Amino acid sequence: MDEMLALLSLGDTGWGDEIASGVGVTISLALATLPLGLLIGFFVALAKQSEEQTLRLAGNIYTTVFRGLPELLTLFLVYFGAQIGIRQLLLAMGSETTIEINSFLAGMVALGLVFSSFSSEVFLSAFRAIPRGQYEGGYAIGLSRFQTMRLIILPQLIRIALPGLSNLWMILLKDTALVSVIGLSDIIRQTGIAARVTKEAFLFFGVACLLYLALAILSSIAIGAINHWAAKGDAPR
Amino acid sequence: MTAIVNEHIQPALPPPPVRRRWNGTRTTGWIALAVMIGLLGGLSLYLILAWDSELVAKYAPKYWKGLQITLGLVATSLVFGAAMSLPVAMARLSPSRTVGALAYAYVYLFRGTPLLAQVFLVYYGAGEFRPELQSVGLWAFFRDPWNCAVFAFALNTAAYQAEILRGAIQSVAKGQWEAAEALGLTRLQAFRKIILPQALIVALRPYGNEIILMLKGSAIVAIITVLDLMGETRRAYSRSFDFQTYLWAAVVYLLMVETIRNIWERLEKRLTRHLRRDG
Repeated sequence: MDEMLALLSLGDTGWGDEIASGVGVTISLALATLPLGLLIGFFVALAKQSEEQTLRLAGNIYTTVFRGLPELLTLFLVYFGAQIGIRQLLLAMGSETTIEINSFLAGMVALGLVFSSFSSEVFLSAFRAIPRGQYEGGYAIGLSRFQTMRLIILPQLIRIALPGLSNLWMILLKDTALVSVIGLSDIIRQTGIAARVTKEAFLFFGVACLLYLALAILSSIAIGAINHWAAKGDAPR
Repeated sequence: MTAIVNEHIQPALPPPPVRRRWNGTRTTGWIALAVMIGLLGGLSLYLILAWDSELVAKYAPKYWKGLQITLGLVATSLVFGAAMSLPVAMARLSPSRTVGALAYAYVYLFRGTPLLAQVFLVYYGAGEFRPELQSVGLWAFFRDPWNCAVFAFALNTAAYQAEILRGAIQSVAKGQWEAAEALGLTRLQAFRKIILPQALIVALRPYGNEIILMLKGSAIVAIITVLDLMGETRRAYSRSFDFQTYLWAAVVYLLMVETIRNIWERLEKRLTRHLRRDG
């Protein structure tokens, strides 16, 4: 038992500080992906519920592609694809320099693409739950389309979409584990290194699982608070 | 009757088709579509132009093998997971609080941690217990990464499927149990003949999602050196440095997912045809 604690302690002999930095990377990647995924997802949902056929088609193609690809493959496509694309571009411009793509950025973009394709479906069903009269009411009191969206539709939309979005957040948190494959020092990579050096794989990957579990529990507490805040406007029963 | 009515009251003409004006939304729509088609078309064009029959001849059989491994892995895990999910779901519904809490802990543990971490835990963790595993004769099982992957996947999907099943069973109205009891059926009979058929219809859609989730999730076994479709792709890329290896894998995965989705949609339509009123 003491040996295990020594292995997990902070400082030079233990792996505690390395793993803690991994937790930081995991959390910051998930937090950085969230706004990106929400924003793209919202606009894709807008496109999918538009009256314009071409917009709907474009939105549906987007969702089909990124919902159907394995997350790991999307990550590789973004990571290697961006690298090759930029090299080709630089070659065309006559430059021979090779550029390493930042794995944090690649992970953020790939996870953002996946997250947005799922969140667009959540937003879409939330849009459908809002009656047309809400828009018409907004226009009738002289609000512009943008104002109606911001002041009338969005507040209701967020409330309806919240359960679905919190599910997606939990999935996102777990999907961040994949970026360890392209070399980002997240929880999995740090515990993996520790496991390889100390030959205590079960201990360290067990710790990794517990850390993700702790993050999930923390998230559900935070989501509970957000739910409470969002339900404030509901009529008292 | 209608003839007389039509004679006296002229049927209203359908409204003239609305002339769709060219506005901002339409422009955005066409631009968005053009970008999408441009990207997808560009990639397809690249795949056609970069067609290298030597490369294809070399790697296509390997991809086919990898695909078979992927499908075998997913099917095995799903079947074992389904078998294990039934007792877990029963335990979740059990009136005993300890049994319920244990099952909940299992489900929470496997749904709250990444599949990748679970696979690592089994694959690398098993190596650590080699002497113990050898003494009980299980080492031969855990030495093979494919077995480790199936082991972790089955435990994982069992947790998800148990939740699907539990939700579906709970969605069946209590009166169904009571009616079965009133007819003199035992609890097992009632469950098998009355509750389960109704629950499975509710569970149909989430089961389909779980299959797709598993198929997509199975790509991570490439990291523990299983040569599934993703593993073969990674190997092909590391040898040829040709980006189209990844693009072809994407095409195959997309086709698989879309096929399963369509099959499942048809199955669902067929199995719920007694519930539709319009047909």
